Amino acid sequence: MSVLVNKDTKILVQGLTGKTGTFHTEQALQYAGTKMVGGVHPKKGGETWSGAGHDLPIFASVAEGKDKTGADASVIYVPPAGAADAIIEAIDAQIGLIVCITEGIPVLDMVRVKAKLEGSGSRLLGPNCPGVLTPDECKIGIMPGSIFKKGSVGVVSRSGTLTYEAVFQTTNEGLGQTTAVGIGGDPVKGTEFIDVLEMFLADDETKSLIMIGEIGGTAEEQAAQFLKDEAKRGRKKPTVGFIAGRTAPPGRTMGHAGAIVAGGKGGADDKIEAMKSAGITVADSPARLGTTLSELLKG
Amino acid sequence: MNIHEHQAKALLVRFGAPVAQGHPAFTVDEARKAAEQLPGPLWVVKSQIHAGGRGKGKFKELGPDAKGGVRLAKSVDEVVAHAKEMLGNTLVTHQTGPDGKQVNRLYIEDGADISRELYLSLLVNRESGQVSFVVSTEGGMDIESVADETPEKIHTIDIDPLTGVTDDDANAIADALELGEQARVDMLDLARSLYEAFTAKDMSMLEINPLIVMDNGRLRVLDAKLSFDGNALFRHEDVRELRDMSEEDDKEIEASKYDLAYIALDGNIGCMVNGAGLAMATMDIIKLYGGEPANFLDVGGGASKEKVTAAFKIITADKNVQGILVNIFGGIMRCDVIAEGVVAAVKEVGLKVPLVVRLEGTNVDKGKKILNESGLDITSADDLDDAAKKITDAVKKG
Repeated sequence: MSVLVNKDTKILVQGLTGKTGTFHTEQALQYAGTKMVGGVHPKKGGETWSGAGHDLPIFASVAEGKDKTGADASVIYVPPAGAADAIIEAIDAQIGLIVCITEGIPVLDMVRVKAKLEGSGSRLLGPNCPGVLTPDECKIGIMPGSIFKKGSVGVVSRSGTLTYEAVFQTTNEGLGQTTAVGIGGDPVKGTEFIDVLEMFLADDETKSLIMIGEIGGTAEEQAAQFLKDEAKRGRKKPTVGFIAGRTAPPGRTMGHAGAIVAGGKGGADDKIEAMKSAGITVADSPARLGTTLSELLKG
Repeated sequence: MNIHEHQAKALLVRFGAPVAQGHPAFTVDEARKAAEQLPGPLWVVKSQIHAGGRGKGKFKELGPDAKGGVRLAKSVDEVVAHAKEMLGNTLVTHQTGPDGKQVNRLYIEDGADISRELYLSLLVNRESGQVSFVVSTEGGMDIESVADETPEKIHTIDIDPLTGVTDDDANAIADALELGEQARVDMLDLARSLYEAFTAKDMSMLEINPLIVMDNGRLRVLDAKLSFDGNALFRHEDVRELRDMSEEDDKEIEASKYDLAYIALDGNIGCMVNGAGLAMATMDIIKLYGGEPANFLDVGGGASKEKVTAAFKIITADKNVQGILVNIFGGIMRCDVIAEGVVAAVKEVGLKVPLVVRLEGTNVDKGKKILNESGLDITSADDLDDAAKKITDAVKKG
């Protein structure tokens, strides 16, 4: 099993015709036969996109694309100014899983999106995220497929490149992954740690977890509390944690819009403490995520 | 992006917020004219820098007994005397760091009778995903200490984006602030004006500390601090015009031209990394190996060769840098693009310090080949641990 996506997931691309959308759609098509079923562009409906030896139809709207292909997921590469509207269009078309890669969406646009998501049947991953990948089955987003290996570790992270570190290192350790999920670095987003941890706890093939947080907000503390509570109910998997930004100066936004220590809140130390008290083994170096997990599993 | 208090107040007035009369002044002469245009009998002379704690701050050039960065005056002559002492001097507050900030402009404002000092701010609450009012009866002091010592005195009121500020919301704010009758009526308008300003201008933070109740029972915005969402500036030309470059680091200004996320730090190891999380983790690991990062730099996802070159130049322009670590895990970013950028930059600006490069991910082999064939003195590293070890060792050897 896996979480969020598998070999049957059918994906529409919003923003397919741009440079980024084209490059990553080609990569996805070349990865384990990921089922990319079409693109969406309001002015290019009826045209055909070609890449990586495939021809994909372009639809004028997400609703039309879903209707004609049976797509259950959508990936968004639309530039920041139009990205929130693209997400809302996908919500209106009742797409089950919406993955927004776009970085730099105004946060108040995301407040609008969040209100729209409430009570809808859609799950949004991101924005400002690398996407989700289930090894040998399905790749949505921009993660490099070559570093993955089918296996038993569930990976969830706020940071794209640190997701790759965790994946690469668990592959090198021979553990492999069930699914890697990037939830994104923005302050207001669709999916939080807790949502993904719940899926991994429920997934039989996921035997252990790596959770990578960073400074800003209190999502890591909440996730640690969640794991603590679930462990009391007997649901527990060996977990390695890491928090980026121990050395970040307070009051500055560290690249990710969400990565800021403000008002004495969101610092790395509180998060590390919360993780430790929940029984998570915290790696002190981002280069030792894989080895720390291996050691933990050996007991 | 931050703006000055006088700009913030001018903006809030346009949305109907009650603000005292006042004028900015860049020279002593302008300060006199500004004071003469106000009725008196009380004036306030306020240093305009992008940092809080101005009132309790001290001027470096003046004696320890000299007054702080916000001063009261009872005559125009007193305003002028203060302006002479303040303009051009360096104000150090708990937010400026020990170097302080030069005061290049003042704001001369009409004084007010203060009956109560309150705290009110708006921000995006990341837990609820909504805009929230954060209010407290403990105004006029550092809100972070209030949060530490008496967290029960801080109240958060979330606003539903579909309805905006309702009467219930405004009443909840008024209750939390224990407002009297007149102030309660004022709050109904003020809460709506501030929410309107916040959302219309894509602010990330609007802080009024203090919000005062005057002797006549009415509300007034006594100080205002606004920050704007950098990601939304593209749709607010009027806000972009308020940027004060003299408040920012030169290297950070240069980096912003190329859309690079760069923050100058105090150490000696320059870093160029893709991805904000990895960039922070790279700083952390340098420190773990006993080094000190000179900067945070995320070249971002779709960086071009030109962008990478620019990033490299900004790092090497920092005189404190004694070694450089390039750490790339390519996903959206391709390793060959990074390699080409690094080679081009080194050829253009030269390389006087050790350079360690760690590449992994998309097109890694192409990237390594470009570096190997460049003939440049570049140390390559196998993984992040190896990279951090190599650069900290190289810098220690100096």
